[in-house]
Amino acid sequence: MDMLNVALPKGRLGEKVYDMFEKAGFECPSIKEENRKLTFENAELGIRYFWVKPSDVAIYVERGAADIGVAGKDILLEYKPDVYELLDLDIGKCRVAVAAPADFRDVPGRALKVATKFANIAKAHYDSIGREIDIIHLNGSIELAPILKLSDVIVDIVETGRTLKENNLEVIEDIVPISARLIANKASSKFKGEIIGKISRGLASQISL
Amino acid sequence: MNFMETVLNKSERTAYELGALYERYGYSQYKMSKFEEYDLYVRNKSFLVSDHIITFTDTDGKLMALKPDVTLSIVKNSKDSTDGVRKVYYNENVYRVPKGALSFKEIMQSGLECIGDIDDYCVSEVLTLAAKSLEKISHDFVLDVSDMSIISGIVDSLSLSRKGREDVLVCIGEKNLHGIDAVCRAEGVDGARAQTLKELVSSELDCEKMLSILKDTECADEARALASIIEVLASELGARIRIDFSVIADMRYYNGIVFKGFVRGVPTAVLSGGRYDSLMQKMGKGSGAIGFAVYLDAIAELDEIYCEYDTDVFVLYDDNIDVRVISKVVREVAQSGERALAGKKVPEKLKYKSIVDLTKEEA
Repeated sequence: MDMLNVALPKGRLGEKVYDMFEKAGFECPSIKEENRKLTFENAELGIRYFWVKPSDVAIYVERGAADIGVAGKDILLEYKPDVYELLDLDIGKCRVAVAAPADFRDVPGRALKVATKFANIAKAHYDSIGREIDIIHLNGSIELAPILKLSDVIVDIVETGRTLKENNLEVIEDIVPISARLIANKASSKFKGEIIGKISRGLASQISL
Repeated sequence: MNFMETVLNKSERTAYELGALYERYGYSQYKMSKFEEYDLYVRNKSFLVSDHIITFTDTDGKLMALKPDVTLSIVKNSKDSTDGVRKVYYNENVYRVPKGALSFKEIMQSGLECIGDIDDYCVSEVLTLAAKSLEKISHDFVLDVSDMSIISGIVDSLSLSRKGREDVLVCIGEKNLHGIDAVCRAEGVDGARAQTLKELVSSELDCEKMLSILKDTECADEARALASIIEVLASELGARIRIDFSVIADMRYYNGIVFKGFVRGVPTAVLSGGRYDSLMQKMGKGSGAIGFAVYLDAIAELDEIYCEYDTDVFVLYDDNIDVRVISKVVREVAQSGERALAGKKVPEKLKYKSIVDLTKEEA
């Protein structure tokens, strides 16, 4: 049987997502065993799951290594993979926002220094309001940048705002709300459309509950 | 395994086969220079798959480019005639940065263009050749067809802002129904109209379903025209040709039927094309045009089956074996149609189907 490959994001969100797949009738009990395996399959149902770094899910799906996967809208907006976005799973909800030190004052006479790992989202946002920016691409601990005067503001994911508050930062502008999305490889959808449709409907029924 | 299979890879073999196919339908080969004036691409940058172009200054000071695209050159050099049709095919290398890559690649591309007085027969012939091209690559293929005039009509009827229109078109290409909902809600669009669009893009449709969705809209005539073409082709291709409105193309260039082809085993579209009268007009020409490109680099993945072994038969010999004996064995293997590799030691990690050990045979 031609297996359907599913890329799940590692971590708490991925576990929630797997539970939804299980409820949709696509269980794979071995995924819950304590071991270091990376792939898990239920040959009877023709489905194979694997855990990947959340930011890599879209690449696995776009390149066809995974037929479907679950990725955050932030990753889809940042990398613009050529995939179908079939469902908003309504979990993993947060937002991409601009945050700055509590005493931040924008000086329009010079480019705004923006630290972020979402360079494309930040650029699109500031292009839309005509503000010149200088993007400083960082891979982690973004909150540190304005504290050490590396940047004026940051563009980052905000969930509860606790980390920002603890570092004397505050949200000054929301850019876009984020949640987990079911995505599918376009070619896979042509040849494995039946099972992808079944999964999509099974997941959709849980969202409306 | 025949000569074509051993010497040429899948992309090269397919290029030859496609050329022969197009010739049979009256298309003549269009050979062109590797270079074109850069100005042509600057003026039509958004038509290109990638906006990175390799440029250089020619001896006369003109800024030139290594071709990133074939269609623009053909259109530029074609005579503007609405009387009759010019049919050409090409098999060329283009130079561009593929999506996600960090450097330029030389990409082998085949395709055809039909320029002039384009009628329904021309459209159906091009779609037929698109399907036959896919069949040359793999028997397990799908040709998805859409129509930009229908998409454009339905999107126009939503009366969206410019940004809303751009966002909705992105959502259509992603089959992103929740995204369409969000844009329409934000712009106060009538729910029934948004629903029509969602029904159109949610899944592949047959003609009957499409006509039923569009019967009371301003696109009913276009839908009937599309259905009449699809019905002709479906009698030969069956379910391999489908209506899928998530296939979209830039409306500044494409104005009618657009299509994409997929084969099992390749994660991206291997064929893409459409009706591009708007590009012709943009370039100051009054005639119509339709064509498609086959991305031969994308089908390299299907080559693995041929690369399973480095050679079919390894012929092992040593210094005691007469050269005439080795030659005879190698010749016999080659004449049987298999690949022979002779050596005194089996190279590490060499994959072969069988081995003829002359050292043991001698003993």
